[in-house]
Amino acid sequence: MTEKRKIGLIVNPVAGVGGKAGLKGSDGEEIQRAAFEKGIRPEAPDKTLRALEALKKISDEVVFCTFEGAMGGDEAKAAGFSVTILGDPACPEKTTGADTEKLARMLLEEGVKLIIFAGGDGTARNICSAVGDKVPVIGIPAGVKIHSGVYAVNPESAGQAALQFIREGGNVREAEVMDLDESLYREGIISPRLYGYMNIPDNRKKMQNVKSRSVSQVAALDYIATDIIQSMDNDTVYIIGAGTTTRNIMILMGLDYTLIGVDAVCGGRLIGRDLDEGGLWELVNSRRCHLVITAIGGQGHIFGRGNQQLSPRVIRKIGKDNITVIATKEKLLSLPDRCMLTDTGDRELDRSLEGYMKVVTGLNERTICAVRA
Amino acid sequence: MQKGMIKLKNVEIKEFHQARWNEPIVMELSVPGERGVLLPGLEKELEDEAGTVDYSGIARKSPLNLPEINQPRLVRHYSRVTQEMMGSDNTLGISQGTCTLKYNPKVQEHMAMDKRIADVHPLQDVKTMQGILEIYYRTDRMMRELAGMDKFSFLPTGGGQAIYVNAQIVRKYHESVGNTHKTEIVTTLHSHPVDASASSTLGYKIITLMPDPVTGLPNWDEYKAALSDKTAAIFITNPEDTGIFNDRIDEFVKAAHEVDAVCVYDQANANALLGVARAGEAGFDLMHFNLHKTFSAPHGSDGPGCGAIGCKEKFAAFVPKPTVEKDGDTYYLDYDREDSVGYVKFYMGNAQAVLKAYMWCMSLGIDGLRQVAVTSVLNNQYMLKEILEKVPGVKLYFDDGRRRMEQTRLSFEPLMEETGCGAVDVNHRLIDYGISELWMSHHPFTVPEPFTPEPCESYNKDDLDYYVEVLRRIAVECKEDPDTVKTAPHKAARHAPVAVPETSSEEDFEKLATTWRAYKKRF
Repeated sequence: MTEKRKIGLIVNPVAGVGGKAGLKGSDGEEIQRAAFEKGIRPEAPDKTLRALEALKKISDEVVFCTFEGAMGGDEAKAAGFSVTILGDPACPEKTTGADTEKLARMLLEEGVKLIIFAGGDGTARNICSAVGDKVPVIGIPAGVKIHSGVYAVNPESAGQAALQFIREGGNVREAEVMDLDESLYREGIISPRLYGYMNIPDNRKKMQNVKSRSVSQVAALDYIATDIIQSMDNDTVYIIGAGTTTRNIMILMGLDYTLIGVDAVCGGRLIGRDLDEGGLWELVNSRRCHLVITAIGGQGHIFGRGNQQLSPRVIRKIGKDNITVIATKEKLLSLPDRCMLTDTGDRELDRSLEGYMKVVTGLNERTICAVRA
Repeated sequence: MQKGMIKLKNVEIKEFHQARWNEPIVMELSVPGERGVLLPGLEKELEDEAGTVDYSGIARKSPLNLPEINQPRLVRHYSRVTQEMMGSDNTLGISQGTCTLKYNPKVQEHMAMDKRIADVHPLQDVKTMQGILEIYYRTDRMMRELAGMDKFSFLPTGGGQAIYVNAQIVRKYHESVGNTHKTEIVTTLHSHPVDASASSTLGYKIITLMPDPVTGLPNWDEYKAALSDKTAAIFITNPEDTGIFNDRIDEFVKAAHEVDAVCVYDQANANALLGVARAGEAGFDLMHFNLHKTFSAPHGSDGPGCGAIGCKEKFAAFVPKPTVEKDGDTYYLDYDREDSVGYVKFYMGNAQAVLKAYMWCMSLGIDGLRQVAVTSVLNNQYMLKEILEKVPGVKLYFDDGRRRMEQTRLSFEPLMEETGCGAVDVNHRLIDYGISELWMSHHPFTVPEPFTPEPCESYNKDDLDYYVEVLRRIAVECKEDPDTVKTAPHKAARHAPVAVPETSSEEDFEKLATTWRAYKKRF
C-alpha cells in the first residue's frame, strides 16, 4: 500500500464566537471570555466535521496532522481518520493565535500536501505569517470576519475542494489574506488591510469570491500590464500600488517589487520601493506622478484597504485624472453590485472619486465600472 | 378526447450509438510509395505546342508533405470520419446558441453545385456571368429592405470579417470628415466579442459595458459615462447573447450620434427580428447579417460563409470594392470607387453563400421571413418554459420578467451545487443521446455553469420536447448516477476530450496542436 498523504488540520475552536455575541470579531482573550459568558457555543468544530465528511471516501489514503484536542485532533478522530498528533496547544482551554502559528509552522516542516483550517481572517492571517505561499490552504469559513479570499463557499465545498485537490492535484492560485484591525473595528472603524497572499487550489466552483470560471487569467494579466507599460512616458513617475494585478507590471518590466506595498518607477527603472506615506508625499510634490492601482479583495476597494500609504493628501495631489485602475473583467464581474469602493478616510475626497471609471481590463481595452464612497 | 385538446405523448428516447473507428488522421495513414491516382503523362501534341518549359525558378526545393495512400483506404477514411461526426443533418442543432443552426435546404446545395454556378470563373468577362451578378444585385435589394439600409456588400466571408470591414468604414468615414480624435469604440460584454476584438485590431481602444446584475442589459448611466468626444463608434448586438432585447436601443443610438459616433449593429444572428424590426429604424448607420446563420447557408466548418454588410447612404461610398451595379439592362462590377476601404476579399467573395441566401429569401417571401422570426421566438419561449419546469438544477439569471427572444443564456449552477456535475459534464453526456454539445457562453462568463440553447424555426414541437427530455434525464443522472455522467461520453465516436482544466471551460491548449506540423514539432 502506498504511503498515506499528510494533510494538515487547524481548527480555531474559538473562531466566530465573538460575532454571535455581537462582539465584532473573536480575537483576544477578553472577547472570547465575554462570549463564553454569554453562553455562546463555538461553531468551528461542527463546521469542521461537515467539511471532513467529503473526505471520508479517501479515509484510507490520508492521515491528518494536527494538535491534540480542540485544534483538530478531536474532529479528525471523531470523523474516523488516522491522526498524527504533532503536539498540544500551550494552554488547551485557551488556544491563541500563537498556537495556530506554531502548528502551521510544524505542518510546513512535516511536509503536508495541504492545510485545511477552520476559522476567520485572524486565523488565516496567523497561518499566512507562518507558511506564506509554501503550502496550499483551504479555509472552512467559521469566523466573524471573512474578508480574505482563502475560504471555500461553505464547509461542504471546503471538503469537496480538498477531496478533488488531494485526488487530482491541480493548479493553485494566490488569494488575498485580509484582516481588520479588530480594536478599531469594535470602535466602529472598519479598516481591513491586505496582509499577504496564500495559495489555494484553483477551484473556481468551490472556492469563494470567484463565481464564474473563465479563460486563463495569466494572459489577461499580461495584456493589462502591457497596456500600462506601453502608455508610460519617460518623464512621469508611475506609482504602482499593492496586489497581484499590479505586480505583473513590475514582473514584465523586469523590476523588483513589493507585493503588499507601493513602489515607484520612472523611465523603466525602479526609483522607490515599499514607499511609506512620507516618501510618497515627497515624491508627488517633486515629480509629475501617475498612480496605477487595482481593486483589492472581494469587496472591491481601490483605496483604504492594503494601501493606506496612499493617504488623502497624496491622492489629492496626484489628482483623479492621473489615477488608473486595472483589473481583469472577471474580477470586476465578481464584485458585489459590480462596483468599486473608495474609503480613504476622507469623505470629501471619497465623494470626489465617485462616478464611473474606465478600468484597464486588457490591451487597449477598458471596462466601465462604478466607484462609490 | 375533447375537440381542440392536444394529446400529450410521452417522449420516447431513441437508442443511439455512434461509430467509433479510432480513425487515425490522414497524415498517419501514409505508406511510402502508395498512390491514390496515377496521372497520365502529357499528350505529345500538347508537349510539342508548349515547347520546353524551364521550371527551375518555380520548382519546390523540398518535397510536398502529402500523405501517400491508396484510393480505397482514402475512401474508407473519409466515410469513417463522416460517421464520427455530429452535424445538423443528423442531430438536433439546438445546443449551439448564437450560431443559429437551421436547416440548410438541399435544393440550394444542388443549385450551388450546378455547373452553371460552380464553373463560373471570376475572371470571366462580366457579360458572360450576368446571372450570378443579377443574384448579387437582387439579394442586395432584398437585404436593404430587410435591414432598412441603403447599400449592401457581400465581400466579407465571415461575421468577424464583416465587423472588421465595418470598423474600416468607421475609420474611413471619420478620416473623410477630418475627425482625428476618434479613438474609442464602445461595446457591451454580452455583445459578440468579435465586435471588440476585430475593431481593436484596427487600433481602436475598446470600452466595454458590463451587464446590469438585474436586467442583464447595459446600464444607461455607464453607457453615458463611456461615450465621449473620443467615441468613434458603438458596436452592439441586440438581442444580446443572453437573448434579452434592449428596448432602449434607439436611445442608445441617439446618444451615440450626439457625440458624432457611428452606430454599428451586429445582426449576425437576426433570427429574432427578421421582417419584424429593422436596423435602419433604430437609427443604425452600419450593420451586418451572417448569411451562414440567419439566411440558411451552412454554418461552421460546413461553410462557406458570408458576412453581408449593410450601410446607410452616407457611408455607401466607403464599402469595399468591387460592388455590383446595373447600367441599363447590364450588370457590372464597379472597381472605380475612390473612397472605398478597398479590397477585402478576392473577386466577389463566397458566391455560393449569396446564392443560397437568395434562394432562401425567394422561397419564403416576406411573409415567410417574418414567420421565421415568429417561430424562432415562439420555439425559444416554449422551450425555455419547459426547461425551467422540467429540468432540475437549471437557473435563469437576469430574470426580471423580461421575455427572451430567439435564444436563452441559462445556468446549471444549482445542478453543480447539488450534484457536483456542471455544464461541461452535461455536455459530455449529451453526446450519448445523439445531440451535439451545448455551447456555453462567450468569455468572461457572466453566469456560472452557463449554456445557451437556440431552437430556431427548423425545429418542431417534437424536436423541442425530445431535447428537453434529454436534458431532464441527464440532470437526473447527475444526481442519481454521477459517475456515468462524469465518465461520459460512452456511446460517441471518441471518449471525453483532453482533461479540461479547472481554470477554463475549454480544452488545455498546452495539450493541443492545431496542425500536423505543430503536432510533430511539439509531441
